[in-house]
Amino acid sequence: MLAEIGHYALILALLVAMAQAVLPMLGAVRGDAALMAFGRSAAACQAVLIAIAFGALMTLFGQADFSVALVANHSAISQPLPYRLAATWGNHEGSMLLWVLVLSLYGAGIARFGDNLRTTLQARVLSVQAMISVAFLAFALFTSNPFARLSPAPLDGAELNPLLQDPGLVFHPPLLYLGYVGFSVTFSFAVAALLEGRADPAWARWMRPWVLAAWVPLTIGITLGSFWAYYELGWGGWWFWDPVENASFMPWLLGTALLHSAIVTEKRGSLAGWTILLAILAFSLSLIGTFLVRSGILTSVHAFAVDPERGVFILAMIIGATGTALALFALRAPQMKSGALFGSISREAGLTMNNLLLMALTAVVFLGTFYPVIMEAVAPANKISVGPPYYNLVFVPLSVPLLLLVTVGPMLAWKRDDLAIVGKKLLVPAAITAVLLAGLTAWTGLANAVAALGLALGGWLILGAVLVLVRRWWGAGGFSWRLVRTTPAASIGLALAHAGLGFTTAGIAAMTTFAAENILVMRPGETAVAGPLSVTLRDAQEVDGANYRALRARFTVQQGGRETTLVSERRFYNNSRNQTTEAGIGVSVLGNQYVAIGDVQSDARGQGLVVRLYWHPLVGWIWFGGLLMALGGAASLSDRRFRIGAPQQRSLPLAPGLVPAE
Amino acid sequence: MKRLIFILPIIGFVGLAGFLGYGLTQDPKELPSQLIDRPLPEFALPGIADAPNGGPGLVSASFKGEPRLLNVWASWCAACPQEHPVLERIAAEGFPVYGIAWKDKPEDSRAFLARYGNPYSGMGSDFPGRTAIDLGVTGAPETFVVDKKGRVRFKQIGPISPEIWEGQIKPLMQQLRAEA
Repeated sequence: MLAEIGHYALILALLVAMAQAVLPMLGAVRGDAALMAFGRSAAACQAVLIAIAFGALMTLFGQADFSVALVANHSAISQPLPYRLAATWGNHEGSMLLWVLVLSLYGAGIARFGDNLRTTLQARVLSVQAMISVAFLAFALFTSNPFARLSPAPLDGAELNPLLQDPGLVFHPPLLYLGYVGFSVTFSFAVAALLEGRADPAWARWMRPWVLAAWVPLTIGITLGSFWAYYELGWGGWWFWDPVENASFMPWLLGTALLHSAIVTEKRGSLAGWTILLAILAFSLSLIGTFLVRSGILTSVHAFAVDPERGVFILAMIIGATGTALALFALRAPQMKSGALFGSISREAGLTMNNLLLMALTAVVFLGTFYPVIMEAVAPANKISVGPPYYNLVFVPLSVPLLLLVTVGPMLAWKRDDLAIVGKKLLVPAAITAVLLAGLTAWTGLANAVAALGLALGGWLILGAVLVLVRRWWGAGGFSWRLVRTTPAASIGLALAHAGLGFTTAGIAAMTTFAAENILVMRPGETAVAGPLSVTLRDAQEVDGANYRALRARFTVQQGGRETTLVSERRFYNNSRNQTTEAGIGVSVLGNQYVAIGDVQSDARGQGLVVRLYWHPLVGWIWFGGLLMALGGAASLSDRRFRIGAPQQRSLPLAPGLVPAE
Repeated sequence: MKRLIFILPIIGFVGLAGFLGYGLTQDPKELPSQLIDRPLPEFALPGIADAPNGGPGLVSASFKGEPRLLNVWASWCAACPQEHPVLERIAAEGFPVYGIAWKDKPEDSRAFLARYGNPYSGMGSDFPGRTAIDLGVTGAPETFVVDKKGRVRFKQIGPISPEIWEGQIKPLMQQLRAEA
C-alpha cells in the first residue's frame, strides 16, 4: 500500500509541476497576479508530494519490504538499519527520487523566501524550475520507477554494495545533490533573466544567496567524497581524476566563478552576460555529471548499472535544458544593458581574471574527462584514458596564477586602482611569503622546489585572508573592537574561504611530493619502514561483524619516538560476496599514518599478508581547507545584506560609442 | 562580430551533444585487441603430457596454411565448462581448435579434459602466464581467430556461445578459408 501511495504522490507531483511550468510564466507575461501566485502554491505543493513519495520509499527500506523490487535489490535483513535507510539513495532509482526531492525543496524555497523578489521574475523562475521538475519526474516515473513491485517477494534482499555501507555514503550523495540541484535555481534565474531581458544588480543580489546555497553543500560533498575515497576505498589517495569526481569538480569550479562574477554584477552591474552564461553552464555540467554516472558512457567506480535508454533520456534533457538556454542566450544576451566600465587594474578586472582562469581550469578538466569519448568517435580503434599526468601538466600551471591572484583580488579597489598602491598593501604578505619560500626551498632541497612553491602559495593565501580582516579591524585610529563587531559576515566568509583554499593548497603540495609508501608481504612480528614510519605487524585474526566476516590485523606504528596502534580490516560480506578494506589511519596535524591490508599471499619466505603502508604529510589539511571554504560560504550566506530588500536598479550611464568591457 | 561571441556557446554545445550521443551507442568496457591484423606473438609452449592430443606442445609458427581458432582456457575458469560443448561442436564441424591452458597446473588441465572431453587438435600449457600476457589475455576464456598467414583477425572475450559461433565466428572462418 505504501509503495502505491508513494507512486501516486509522485504522479500527482508530475501533474502539479506541469501546471507550474506553464501558468506562472503566462501570468508574468499577462501581468496576472493570480496566476503568478499559483506558482508559489504549486511549488510548495510539489515539495510536499515528493516528500511523501520519498518518505514512503524510506519507510519501505526501513521496514525491509522486499515486495518492492528496489528494496529487495539493495537491502538485506542483516544490514544495519541506518544503512538500510541510506540505501534509499544508494541506487539509481532512489537517488533520482532524492534528486527531485531536492529540486522541489529549492523550488519551495524560492516561493517561500522570495518575498522581496520582483513578482514577475519569481513567477518565471518558478516556471523554469518546474520545467526541470517535469523532465526529472517523468524520467523517474517512466524509466526508473522506484516503487515497482516484485512478485513473488523474496525472503531476504540482495544487500547494498558494502563499499556504500559507510557513514560517508549517508551524507556524501545528498550533499552533492544539494549542490548539483542547487545550481538549477541559478539556471532558472538565468533563463528567467533572459526571458525578461533584464539582468541588473537587483537580479544578481537575489541570485547570489542561491549560488552560495548550492556551492556550500557541493564543497562539503566533494570534500567528504574525497575523504571517503581515502579511507574506505583503501586506495590511499585523496583524488583520482576519476570521470565522476571530475563531474562534481567542474560544476564546483564554474560555481566558484559564478559566485565571483555575480558579485561584480551585483556591485557594479557589469559582467551580467557572463554571469548568466556561468549560471547556465554550472547547471549544465551538473546534468552532464548525472548523465556520466547513469548512461554508462564512461567507466568509473561511481557508475550505476548501464542502461542506454536512461542515457538517451538524460541526453534529451541536457539538450532540452542547455540547448534552449544557450539559444536564448545567443538571442537575448547581446541586447541586454551592460554595466559600468572599469579600468584594467580594478576589483572588476581581478574578478574577470579569476573567472577566465576558472573557466580555463574547467575546460582542462572537461577535455580530460571527455577526451576518451571524443577520441572514440574520431578514431574508434584508439581506446585511451586520461590520467593524472595530464592534469599535473596542465591543471597545476594554470592554477598557480589563480592562487596568486586570490590574495591580490580583495586588495583591489572597485572601478580603478593603482598598481603601486596595491603593491604597498601587499608588501608584508609578499615579503613573508618570499622568506617562507626561500626557507622551504633550503629545507626541502632544490629538487622539491615545486612542493616548496605550493606550500608557500598556501601561506600566501592564508596571509592574504588574514590581511583582509586585519585591514578592516585596524582602522585609522588603530585596532578597535567596534570595527571587529561591525565586520560584515561576507568579509569573514571571504577570509575563511580564501584561507581554506590556502590550507588545501599546502596539503596538496605536501602530499604530492613528500608522501611515502611501502607495499610488501608481512608476517606477524615483522617490521617495515615507510618514510618516517616504522611499522610492526603484531597479529592477524578472523573476527565476526554484523553482516560480514573480517580478517583483522593490528599494527604498532613508531614515529619520532611516539608509538600508536592501528587496526586494518579486510571484510567479506556474505550476502553479496563483496570485499572491502578498512584502513587503519593515525591522524595528526602534521600528517596521517595509513595502513591497509590486502590478500594473503606467498613470497620467497612463505605465506604472509599483503600490507600497504603510507605516510601522508599534511593530508588532513586538504579536507580541513575544503570544510573551511564551505564554512566561509555559509558565513557569507548568513550576511544580513541578503535578507534586506534588494536595491532598486540604478540607472547606469553608458557613454555613447564606448564598448562595454565584457 | 559581437553577436558571434554570444552564439559560440550554443555552437560548442551542439558539437558536444553530438559526441555524447555517439558515445551512448558505444560500450566503454569493450576493449579492442591490439593484435587485430597483426601476426600472433611468438611462443613455444610445452604440451600437456598424457592428455589426448597433449602432444609435443604448441608453437606460434605452426599457425600457418589454414585458419585456426586459438582458445585460452583454464580448469579454474567458471565459464570454461560452459563453453566446452561449443568447442567440441566446432571441432566436429571440421574447424581446428587449439588450446592454451593458462596459469593451470598440467594435472588440473588433464583432469578437466578427462572430465569434459578434448576438442583440441593441439595444446600448450602456459603455467607461468607469460604467453597470455603477450596475447593480451584479460581473462579466461578468450579465443583468437588466426588466418592462413598467422595473423590474428578476431578476438572473442568470454565464452563462445552457439549464437556467437553461428553468427560471427563461423562465417569469418569460412571467409578466411576462401582467402588466398
